[in-house]
Amino acid sequence: MKVKKVDKNLEEEIAGLDRVGFDTKGETERSGSFLVTDDKTTESESKEENLVVMPISFALEVYDWAKDLLFSIVDRGKDEYTKEVASQKELVGSFTYVKKGAKIEAPFQSCFFLHDQGFRQVLHNIIILEPNSELNIITGCATGNLVSVGSHIAVTEMFVRKGAHLTYTMIHDWGSKTIVYPRAAVDVAEGAIFNSNYIALTQVKEIQSNPTAYLSDRASAKFNSIIYGKDGSSFDMGARGILNGENANCEIVSRVASRNSKVTLRAYIEGNGKNTKGHTECNGLLLDDRSSVTAIPELKASNIDTELSHEASIGKIAGEQLNYLMSRGLDEETARALLIRGFLEKGISGLPPSLKKKADKLIEVAASSESV
Amino acid sequence: MINSKIKGVLLEVKNLTVEVGGKRLLRGVDMVVREGETHVVFGPNGSGKTTLVNAIMGLPEYKVVEGDIIFRGDSILDWSLTKRAKSGIGLAFQHPPVVEGVSLGVLLKTIVPDEKTSREIAREARMENYLEREVNVGFSGGERKKDELLQLLAQAPQFVMFDEPDSGVDVDSIKLMVGIIRKILQKNKPIRERKNGGIIVTHSGVILEEIHADKGYVIVNGKLLCSGPPLDIFDQVKNYGFERCIKEANESEKSG
Repeated sequence: MKVKKVDKNLEEEIAGLDRVGFDTKGETERSGSFLVTDDKTTESESKEENLVVMPISFALEVYDWAKDLLFSIVDRGKDEYTKEVASQKELVGSFTYVKKGAKIEAPFQSCFFLHDQGFRQVLHNIIILEPNSELNIITGCATGNLVSVGSHIAVTEMFVRKGAHLTYTMIHDWGSKTIVYPRAAVDVAEGAIFNSNYIALTQVKEIQSNPTAYLSDRASAKFNSIIYGKDGSSFDMGARGILNGENANCEIVSRVASRNSKVTLRAYIEGNGKNTKGHTECNGLLLDDRSSVTAIPELKASNIDTELSHEASIGKIAGEQLNYLMSRGLDEETARALLIRGFLEKGISGLPPSLKKKADKLIEVAASSESV
Repeated sequence: MINSKIKGVLLEVKNLTVEVGGKRLLRGVDMVVREGETHVVFGPNGSGKTTLVNAIMGLPEYKVVEGDIIFRGDSILDWSLTKRAKSGIGLAFQHPPVVEGVSLGVLLKTIVPDEKTSREIAREARMENYLEREVNVGFSGGERKKDELLQLLAQAPQFVMFDEPDSGVDVDSIKLMVGIIRKILQKNKPIRERKNGGIIVTHSGVILEEIHADKGYVIVNGKLLCSGPPLDIFDQVKNYGFERCIKEANESEKSG
């Protein structure tokens, strides 16, 4: 299925979405693409037989069972944003479906783009990986060059069936007055793996996100976030791991640098099943007195055989390291940028190589624009 | 009046008195290093050797409370760490810190933007395999010392200080490191062509067999007590410890 009606004057801006991992030039191998510009699906394409990509509205017509998935793991009455999504008459969003046993090698890319100033984008996305399938998704969310004001509200429900493996990477590059409220949940079935990477390195007005992973027997979830809050941004980010099955495990790792911004990092792990393991780790780097970093780790054990732990640290740039670099002739600004870059890059060591390179570049650019 | 620029004085330390956290660690040290000269500073642990080189480098916690440091004719007391480094002063740290997340390759490229040169330098220090590693993270003592020399090669300072460059270095690496130190100090050039100079801080002195120095000093309790031909000073320290120097200094102080 292919829907392509890209407006000419949009082309240039869309080409620039490369910055959030959305390749329109065919430079990197992709198994498929999905692009929503404001409320229009401007691209929906799969290059793989076993990967189904279509707008959610189409999917509801094609697959009877699709409607049963809507609001099955995200509560429609959770808050005003989920209610807003639930009240939409015409659904906008992506439907991504990998068939049983299919191992899709090239990443699938999706992008949610705000092009019109002040637009309120409301989405509902569904992702299903049938048993023993594999998919690597790169999702970029961005605003156009001239857009600062906008809203992005999205419910995303992911179903990683038995033995399947989903890697989900999200790169955010919003405008300075954009508000972003994603509401996501993932059902990680028996023996399945869910790896989430979240990268946000540019200014935004407010983001609030706290996805939940529900884990069955031997399921595994890992949330890895790298955030550089700057210039009045407000981040309230987190992840929740509900370890229901036996031998399930969850890890929530965050790294955040904050300059003139407020960042709250939440991590919640609940150990209900036997022999479950959970760990959260948060490292904060505070760059000035106008900023704050709040780490809120929360652990709940309801089974005697669960093992949960958390680590959190918040600090500043070490004077010793700064002096060391300056003694090699680096000016203070360059030395600081290098240390911020180093701090954030520690967080991407677990990414797949192609993505690591991309993240590396993004971090380099974000850190080098650091002003002392 | 002696004009230090004309006389080829690279660095002059006058009555240098330094405090760290309100504690006086160096008292009234005088020293003149000319172009092409290498000076050696001996002294027991905690005597003030590192304080001397760190103060010359300009590390912020080392406060000069009296005296002056003159580099190529200019007082540098008001110069920032960066300005000192950019002007040609370099230091191989005794205990370099770990710099998490910053790879040696990235740091090297920041010091020397030309990739070919930075690669050649890494090869010269036999550290090509370390470029992907974070600076000093998990490095052994010897590897850290080698890394310091690698960074100095990249920085190419004119006045260079080596703080205990040989401690913790294995026998095989010593040869390589001596070669690099000799190169930085231009020991392979004819004497009249040497423009670089520096200070080697050591408490063993073994390194002097390979790197000939022009003058030696002993620092004890923050004071520069004896000075003279480096090998003579080294012999004295080897045979009698620092005691003889302390005794001599006390006697000369008494006799006025």
